[in-house]
Amino acid sequence: MNWTWMHKFASPPHAYRLAGRLAPWFGWPAFLLIITGLYGGLVLAPADYQQGDAFRILYVHAPSAWMSMFIYATLAVAAAIGLIWRIKLAHAVAAASAPVGAWFTFLALATGSIWGKPMWGTWWVWDARLTSELILLFLYAGLIALRASIEDRERADRAAAVLAIVGIVNLPIIHYSVYWWNTLHQGATITKLGKPSITGDMLWPLLVMMVGFNLYYGAVLMTRLRAEILRRERDASWLRTELVS
Amino acid sequence: MNLTGFLAMGKYGAFVWPCFLLAGAVLVWNVIAAKRLHAEARRQALRRLEAGRSPT
Amino acid sequence: MSNTPAADAVWLMYRRDLVLAFRHWDQVAQPVVFFAMVTTLFPLSLSPELGELRQLAGGVLWVAALLAALLGLEFLFRADHADGSLEQMLLSGQPLALLAIAKGAAHWTVCGLPLVLVSPLLAIGLGVPTDALCAVVLSLALGTGILSALGAIGAALTLGLRRGSMLLSLLVLPLAMPALIFGARAIDMAIHGDVTRGPLLLLGAMLVLALTLAPLAVAAALRISAE
Repeated sequence: MNWTWMHKFASPPHAYRLAGRLAPWFGWPAFLLIITGLYGGLVLAPADYQQGDAFRILYVHAPSAWMSMFIYATLAVAAAIGLIWRIKLAHAVAAASAPVGAWFTFLALATGSIWGKPMWGTWWVWDARLTSELILLFLYAGLIALRASIEDRERADRAAAVLAIVGIVNLPIIHYSVYWWNTLHQGATITKLGKPSITGDMLWPLLVMMVGFNLYYGAVLMTRLRAEILRRERDASWLRTELVS
Repeated sequence: MNLTGFLAMGKYGAFVWPCFLLAGAVLVWNVIAAKRLHAEARRQALRRLEAGRSPT
Repeated sequence: MSNTPAADAVWLMYRRDLVLAFRHWDQVAQPVVFFAMVTTLFPLSLSPELGELRQLAGGVLWVAALLAALLGLEFLFRADHADGSLEQMLLSGQPLALLAIAKGAAHWTVCGLPLVLVSPLLAIGLGVPTDALCAVVLSLALGTGILSALGAIGAALTLGLRRGSMLLSLLVLPLAMPALIFGARAIDMAIHGDVTRGPLLLLGAMLVLALTLAPLAVAAALRISAE
């Protein structure tokens, strides 16, 4: 199989320009979808029977939680590609994605915690989902810290890649263990974070927000990737033509 | 639905709005940070190019 | 290319590490003393009542063992990295994953096994009934094995880094949480007289998984760190 097309695509000048062209195609649809989703979720959707208007927090909590896991999976795949085929661009994608994923994890935790207060009366509950998100945040923190601690960029890339792969293999084990641990200790608390019985006009804003958040990640990734490519390229002639023009 | 009703969010307003404001802040911040990183990387790359030119 | 069969190389590596470790008896004793001290912190900070301590014993023993094991991990590859033996290993032509298993096994023998042997004494100190002691030993034996395997990955990744030990702990702790959940649960169930087969089997499964996959990650990480 001729793999040169992949290596050509992954060449820094190509990727840099392509990312620059793609970013607005991710960004503007993301903006529109999020606005639409917000309108649908905050204004149009009827209040939930049990949770009242508090359930609307779902519209930022669920997409954030989804993104936190989706980005980790993406960066693990990118890291594996970088490690196996030695494609630097893939490592750049992983490096660019980690902080964004960590932010979404933080957002999921914060919104989950705030949502918990009116629902369960406390600012924090050790329920399965929140605890899993917290451990995911620790995994992100480890990735970012490891990359930051190693000065040699190539060693940092490859070490972070190994860690990301180890993390993604462990993630199902962690999820299962935390879920099991949570079901053991039955308290009066609900084990699932407020899944209201969802009707159609509650569902579509959620889906819109999910897609919007995904496209948003695409836009941010493209921009961060451009910064990573510039940082990693040294004395390359394409830089001159690209930047000075 | 009137504006005060909307803002009150059926007595959950103090929880709902901070969530959305926080989400908005995180999303906006990440865009700003990404653009800043790119601008900084461009500046540094240009500086390296300038420095590379002089010794010749 | 070496003529030594891989199995011999593994045994030689294992023996070598044990001999080297036992030259510094104090370093072997340190994790054990740490384990005992951390365990002692809990009665001091909570309550001297054995009845109350018994409720927490599973968690306390596991957390203390986890922290003690983490302390010892930093030294897994450090000496070899410093004196160049690690490069010799990389160049030896022996499968690096197998050498990693040998070193990990030696590390467990020196760091993990003593913790397991001491654990019944500490468990009694926390009010654990005698018929639950078997579960304590089994749970910690499996658990320290898992920790050695996972910790070796962290040690290989952070090799030679400044403040590597803190980073190592940050990397390894999230990975160790599933083992902690089931391991502590096993002790807890034994204390309450329940059958512990479920959590212990799961722990065993995790150990098998760790022993199968971790050496590959360790080998990859060693190559990355040592170059």
